[in-house]
Amino acid sequence: MPKNKKELYNKKGVIAGIVIFAFIAALPFLINLGKAAPAPELVLTSKAKEAKECVRSKEFIKREHMQLLDEWRDTVVRDAKRIYVNPQGKEFNMSLSNTCLDCHSNKTDFCDRCHDYASVSPYCWDCHIDNPKEMKR
Amino acid sequence: MIEQAFKGGKRYNRLMLLLLGLIGVGFGFYLWQFNYGLGITGMSRSVSWGFYIAQFTFLVGVAASAVMLVLPYYLHDYKAFGRITILGEFLAVASVTMCLLFIIVDLGQPIRALNVIFHPTPNSILFWDMIVLNGYLLLNIVIGWKVLEAERNNVHYPGWLKPLIYLSIPWAVSIHTVTAFLYCGLPGRGFWLTAILAPRFLSSAFASGPALLILLCLLIRKISKFDPGLEQIRSLSKIVTYAIILNVFFFLCEVFVVFYSQIPEHMDHFKYLFTGLHGHGVLVPWMWSSLFLMVTAIILLVPPMFRNNTTVLAIACVCVFIGTWIDKGLGMISGGFVPNPLHHVDEYVPTGPELMITLGVYASGIFILSALFKIAVSIKEELHA
Amino acid sequence: MKSSSRRSFLKIAGLAALGIGAGPTIKAFGTIGGHGALQPEASFKKGEKAMEAKQWAMVVDTRKIKSEADIRPMVEACHQIHNVPDQPIDRHAIKWIWPEEFHNAFPGLQSQFISEKIENTSFPVLCNHCENPPCVRVCPTKATFKREEDGIVMMDMHRCIGCRFCMAACPFGARSFNFRDPEPFIKNVNKEYPRRMKGVVEKCNFCAERLAVGKLPACVEASNGILTFGNLYDPQSEVRKLIREHNTIRRKIHLGTKPTIYYII
Repeated sequence: MPKNKKELYNKKGVIAGIVIFAFIAALPFLINLGKAAPAPELVLTSKAKEAKECVRSKEFIKREHMQLLDEWRDTVVRDAKRIYVNPQGKEFNMSLSNTCLDCHSNKTDFCDRCHDYASVSPYCWDCHIDNPKEMKR
Repeated sequence: MIEQAFKGGKRYNRLMLLLLGLIGVGFGFYLWQFNYGLGITGMSRSVSWGFYIAQFTFLVGVAASAVMLVLPYYLHDYKAFGRITILGEFLAVASVTMCLLFIIVDLGQPIRALNVIFHPTPNSILFWDMIVLNGYLLLNIVIGWKVLEAERNNVHYPGWLKPLIYLSIPWAVSIHTVTAFLYCGLPGRGFWLTAILAPRFLSSAFASGPALLILLCLLIRKISKFDPGLEQIRSLSKIVTYAIILNVFFFLCEVFVVFYSQIPEHMDHFKYLFTGLHGHGVLVPWMWSSLFLMVTAIILLVPPMFRNNTTVLAIACVCVFIGTWIDKGLGMISGGFVPNPLHHVDEYVPTGPELMITLGVYASGIFILSALFKIAVSIKEELHA
Repeated sequence: MKSSSRRSFLKIAGLAALGIGAGPTIKAFGTIGGHGALQPEASFKKGEKAMEAKQWAMVVDTRKIKSEADIRPMVEACHQIHNVPDQPIDRHAIKWIWPEEFHNAFPGLQSQFISEKIENTSFPVLCNHCENPPCVRVCPTKATFKREEDGIVMMDMHRCIGCRFCMAACPFGARSFNFRDPEPFIKNVNKEYPRRMKGVVEKCNFCAERLAVGKLPACVEASNGILTFGNLYDPQSEVRKLIREHNTIRRKIHLGTKPTIYYII
């Protein structure tokens, strides 16, 4: 192998390979080109509307409900504490099944819309039963 | 060096294709298990570990056996083994990979496997098993590869490798000791609750692993231009001889303690395995075959005139390998779970899908082994041509 | 020579620092959003009615058990409120509390000649919530743990990886594994309690969710006085009173796990 000669071996093959790779890598973008889905509109149940505010502000919940739930589940199971006191001093039972899903009983029009839009599929409902029970998926 | 794995003859390519096919089939069955759950296996509330964990246990032994080449070569300066240590190290790489795959396919929630790292728990032996197995895999990849590379380039391997090689010796012992500790530290399982479990595991490992290596060496001798060497094979056969004798001896020690003391919790498992318990005894013929094979192997291995005959040696090695496989890969795990803690006899038999997934894992291991051995043998052929 | 050894020392020190640095990162991965970091003003507390104990314990008055039928209401109450499935295949069974015969519940204590009463009675068995639980010792993720607050051996269903080491370690066969999705086999779903997903281990939780709101465990309520529940370390508690006044046995005490279920014989 001559070391001083700087030249690309198998030039054709390598370049063709790079082009094909770039094409495949760009494929998801190409397929979805110009097909941006509109931001989802969420439906609040009358119970949720009545309550006016969730356990935290709308912005906080929008942004961090997953972290909140994660913290809830650890605190309930591991620290034996089940009451959440929000910054306004209001108390809630830390329970996805009995607090969150009690108000937001419309999984398909509430939870799923954003999750579908964001293309995430949390498996909370495998165990925490939506209330009242809706059709699966 | 890796390019050698792609430059094989017709036979090699056909083997690799076949293995890829088997891996694909096994993976298909695994997808089924992934979706349905471990319910497609024969495991139960009573026998909660089955074929997968048993294979894992057996293969940890095969992996640990690399030390039987490394130790004489590097510690005792037994030069002859220098020629074939690479085979032991690469066999260890393939075996440990299979071990890790068997653990993964045995998990109920494999996507959460990394919880073992996110929530490290030093009081769990499984945590340590994860560390020693991954460490051993890494050690053998690095050592095997670097030494082979140095050999090919006709230079001495880098100096920093030496401490790693020395480290790999106790590390090999540790992987099988820790694996035995998974079982022998459990309070309610009389079959495993014995201090001789780790020594027994090691002795069966140092019998089954080198026996497999002898068979592989004989195969390489036949199908390639590289000769692992008669002296090497004979030295290995002595290791197998001592190890299998020790293994049977440890087993008999266990049998004495259990049956002389007459403690039911310890006897029941042995009765289940060797005579059947309350009319249940699927493993009885297997266990007696295992014992028969191991004793036959001893008879064939002890007299030098038998042992030094390659054909007889090959037969003995097959006996050792199958005998120890039945002992650990079938009896050791089921035997500990039957009867269960409530003294119900719920038997375990693996299901078809379970066996297919197992086959897939074994195919992956043999695939890795073939590729690595192909690389090693090609380089050795170049050097010794 | 000296400078080179110093350089390698620095290298090692650097690596060590990297290792220490990785610790918190790993922790952060485990529980995204540590306590207080995200909601500085919010806090957690126990409910006002929550019952507390140093170590919960149970006494089973087996003299009151006439037949297996006396145990069935406990099993049904427990399995109903906890969404325990009725798996059609026997080897996939999930049990939190169930009846066993004497020689199965207490292997090693069975005698060839034994009172007819004991021989013909069923004994309810469940997780012993051991004070020295081997299942907790072996769990590689702390998914099962001994809760400091009340001594309950808990399961964190979100963390369990389904390795089933705890099932091998439990000398009482108290643990069950979800060999398949339990959902189709739950007859009357209790929406207030979660189900489980496939691939995780489950067992009796001493009704931690009921104790938190001041209710006794469901099996105790349904037991018609057979089961008594209370704080093992309160000399005035009902369980201590019963233990003081009667001969009790526990399952496999020779193994040193310190079970907290006492049986009056």
